[in-house]
Amino acid sequence: MWAVLLLAAVLAFAVVRPRGLPEAAAAVPAAAIAIGGGLVPWSAARDEMIMLGPTVGFLAAILALAHLADAWGVFGYAGGLAARSARGSPTRLLTVVFGIAAVVTAVLSLDATVVLLTPVVFATAAAAGVRARPQVYACTHLANAGSLLLPVSNLTNLLAFGATGLTFLGFAGMMALPWVAVIAVEYAVFRWFFAGDLATPARPSPVEPTPAPRFALVVLALTLAGFAVAEPMGVAPAVVAAAGAVVLAVPLVVRATDRRRTALGIALSTNPLFCFFVFALGVVVLALRRNGLDDLIAALTPGSASLLGLLAVAGLAALLANLVNNVPATLVLVPVVAHTPALVLAALIGVNVGPNLTYVGSLATLLWRRILHARDEPPASAVFLRLGLATVPACLLAAVVALWVALKLSTVL
Amino acid sequence: MNVVVWLAEGTWQACVDAAAEVAPPSATITLLHVTDPALAEDVSDAFGGLMGRGTRGPDPGAAVGAAAARAQEELLAAAAARLDRPSSPVRRQGRLEREVVTAAEGADLLVVARDGPVTRLGPRSLNPPTRFVVDHAPCAVLLVWPTAPPPVDTIPPPPPHKAAPPPHKAAPPPHKAAPPPPPPP
Repeated sequence: MWAVLLLAAVLAFAVVRPRGLPEAAAAVPAAAIAIGGGLVPWSAARDEMIMLGPTVGFLAAILALAHLADAWGVFGYAGGLAARSARGSPTRLLTVVFGIAAVVTAVLSLDATVVLLTPVVFATAAAAGVRARPQVYACTHLANAGSLLLPVSNLTNLLAFGATGLTFLGFAGMMALPWVAVIAVEYAVFRWFFAGDLATPARPSPVEPTPAPRFALVVLALTLAGFAVAEPMGVAPAVVAAAGAVVLAVPLVVRATDRRRTALGIALSTNPLFCFFVFALGVVVLALRRNGLDDLIAALTPGSASLLGLLAVAGLAALLANLVNNVPATLVLVPVVAHTPALVLAALIGVNVGPNLTYVGSLATLLWRRILHARDEPPASAVFLRLGLATVPACLLAAVVALWVALKLSTVL
Repeated sequence: MNVVVWLAEGTWQACVDAAAEVAPPSATITLLHVTDPALAEDVSDAFGGLMGRGTRGPDPGAAVGAAAARAQEELLAAAAARLDRPSSPVRRQGRLEREVVTAAEGADLLVVARDGPVTRLGPRSLNPPTRFVVDHAPCAVLLVWPTAPPPVDTIPPPPPHKAAPPPHKAAPPPHKAAPPPPPPP
């Protein structure tokens, strides 16, 4: 009972965000209460945090890597590339943006797409005389839906990666087909949904070619290859990501006029409060799981990885991700289905694709915004909600069927 | 004569050219551009939906909003240069269709461009905001093609006649037989 209240308080805090305080401000004390109040024995909490350690390290490294890639001009280069290959056609620009957003999300995580790529895509569309709506919404949608491919693509994947028992390449191999299926469905729906904006003619304006940031692109490619190569040698992917970040960071810091400030900026780009939040949320959810939630979720989830079983788990995961948020949904679901790795992958489909429905984070956030609307806060966006309704169910279905096919073809799982 | 020219991405050049052609030298020309803040707000919300990232970090919605403001200035400057005669810029924020109708109040002429497919004549050569503006404009509207208009034979064939429309009771009897239905294409 107390565990429910604790988690509810943490989630409510994340929805309301009093005084703009970070989510960690509620989650860390809540974790301390859970441990101090005996809801979680210290040893179990310690084990949970040790288990989360590599995940959070990986998260911090990948956040820094994306920030550094931006500092090296990778996103500006991607924008220029998109503008030139679009040659003044809104539809071609959408296609290129889909490709770029899918790759950026897969390699540098969804945060990179939302925070760093979206503004660049808007500026690119505006400069090309194209109405930017389809391209901008494509970024926000693919940040979630395009994050199936690699363990680094989404925090949810990182949290569940250990439970799948797969290698880095094994994970990518199983999720490649669902990833492609989701992107194909999103693309088809976008072409239909934004047919009006895409039909508006644009006057192509000459785009100055930007020089490729070769050093940063090579380091990113080597880092990506390193994830796959280093793992069999016992080197954690987090170490590879950190190494890539250091290689990108050192020249920037050395060249900077204010070295301390540059170094501090890079250190802060790892978002330490976010990392604390993940640790604390892990402990709070553990308290709930030890007090009956595991049994409840276990009763709701099917035990076998049949097509229906996969669909049920993905649907439940999408539902939970929309009810609360996808990070707690992952922490709750994954341990329960960990006995069957295929079900973990299905759960990841649900928690990654699902959030496009209530794009503001969760149903709770939507309701809270309705309440705030009475005080002149803008209501939820109708475009976003309709787009979510048009894509999410079809994407879930396509991804689960693709996963089922991948499982049939695979010898790993 | 007050002429308001609605400048929208991709089609504004045609509106400026049309205004330059039809507005008498004595006319006052207003170049209007509307930015819908909903796009930047949605990006902000999508970022806010990611749990745990805190609220102090860089807000991509603010970045999109700033880029939109820059794009608006660039577009207005380019339009003023293209028009090459005195004009005054008007910047508005809000729902496109509502803002344009409001801005056209008191004007004698509103210049608007079609923004649907340009490869054929209709249907739906107007996207919903433009359709709303044409429907609700409180003044005369000059509706221009953003590119050379497509030939007349691109018009879609009429729908097949299923049944004659029911005669209206009060309608006077027809003086001559109804024209034969057009031949199928």
